[in-house]
Amino acid sequence: MIRLSIPLRQALSKLTFPVMLTLSLGVVLVGRADQSFDSHLHTGFDDLMAPVYALADPPVQALASSTSAVGHLFMLSSENAALRAENARLAQWQAVALALEAQNNALKAALNYTPANPPAAVTGEVVADTGGVYSRSVLVLVPTPASTAPSLVGAVAMDGRGVAGRVIEAGARAARVLLITDINSRIPVALGASGAPALMAGTNGDDPKLLYWSPGNPPNEGDVVLTSAQGGAFPPGLPVGVVHYDSQNNPVVLPFADLPALRLLRLFTYPETLPELTPIPHVAPAARHAPTALQAHHRRH
Amino acid sequence: MFPSVTLLAGLLVLGLPFGLPGQASLRPALAVGCVFFWSIYRPASLPAALTALIGLVLDLLEYTPPGLWAVLLLGLEWLTVALRRQLVPMKFRVIWAVFAGFALGAMALAWAGQSLLCARLLPVWPSALAAGAAIALYPALAAGLIRAHRGPAAVEQG
Repeated sequence: MIRLSIPLRQALSKLTFPVMLTLSLGVVLVGRADQSFDSHLHTGFDDLMAPVYALADPPVQALASSTSAVGHLFMLSSENAALRAENARLAQWQAVALALEAQNNALKAALNYTPANPPAAVTGEVVADTGGVYSRSVLVLVPTPASTAPSLVGAVAMDGRGVAGRVIEAGARAARVLLITDINSRIPVALGASGAPALMAGTNGDDPKLLYWSPGNPPNEGDVVLTSAQGGAFPPGLPVGVVHYDSQNNPVVLPFADLPALRLLRLFTYPETLPELTPIPHVAPAARHAPTALQAHHRRH
Repeated sequence: MFPSVTLLAGLLVLGLPFGLPGQASLRPALAVGCVFFWSIYRPASLPAALTALIGLVLDLLEYTPPGLWAVLLLGLEWLTVALRRQLVPMKFRVIWAVFAGFALGAMALAWAGQSLLCARLLPVWPSALAAGAAIALYPALAAGLIRAHRGPAAVEQG
């Protein structure tokens, strides 16, 4: 290390502060002027941090599962009863689903329906919840090297139940998923059996709100919300959530995806050109009460 | 090195998916609390370059516009260092009250800065929550840091 005289060192230490402040302001301005600088910085940082988070993830998961294991012991009998009831309900649903599948196949055959290309999917582990005060996003480890595969940017992220968000940045090791609850998230959706169009906007709260539904046809409580192909950003018909009116009587969407506790996400890359289809009504007249059951299930979580 | 390393480690640990409610607001709270504490009791241990780096890491973790928290943390450090001669002999309650003012100011500026850079009015409550978390957690944070200040992070070893 170079030895400096004390006055020089003092002068330098007085200088570092304004220099650092100027540099930071410079970063803010450059990031504002050049969005690609911003996204490069984020992607680089995510790629750098992904292995660190991947290392730290198993102990966290072990901790989460071991603490809940103790809790489960005390709730075994009540949980068993709940599971039996759910199983009975699901058995009924299975019959409905099989009947609908048969009907659907018959209708598709009658219409000479050509199925769309299946999407390419990768499954990744959620290693970090890197959302901030004003953002809701998670970091997903991408298992395969992204060099041969098409870019994951724009891929739809789903957990086991429904749409969780979209990939906004993808590096070599990690992809960042903007959740549907983020304040910047705007997703065209189709409501209920009629497929009435609306826009689902994130609020940074738990439940995104519904905007721009047609005034004569307000969303009904318990309507299933599916993605819509309007705008070409999403494929049609992916399950998102159910409509619910909040305490201010504004329609919001209760997401199916378990957004506060995402563990694994499937990232679906759809072909560029999506056919413009009207969303398929998913609610059979025979199962009219179904959304409320789903909603009750959601509320328990 | 101790203050910056522990702060950076803390920020990264808070990024793990624990599923705590309001986990995102804990990161700025931790950063503001630590920078305030070390600027009072050991300003030399947190040079401006490290504060800027911590701010940038916080920006990248929080998904705020890069550089915003770097500017805010540097500003907080500068203000605290300027006032430290008056603050050091004061009672803890007074220091806490001063910190509350600074934390509110920093979060308000973070909200204003983000609203300006996103060119839209963001809701105030997440920032208010973060300020509340910072103020509420400061006594616990300070208790831990004072112990570190006397023990592992003592000047002889730092």
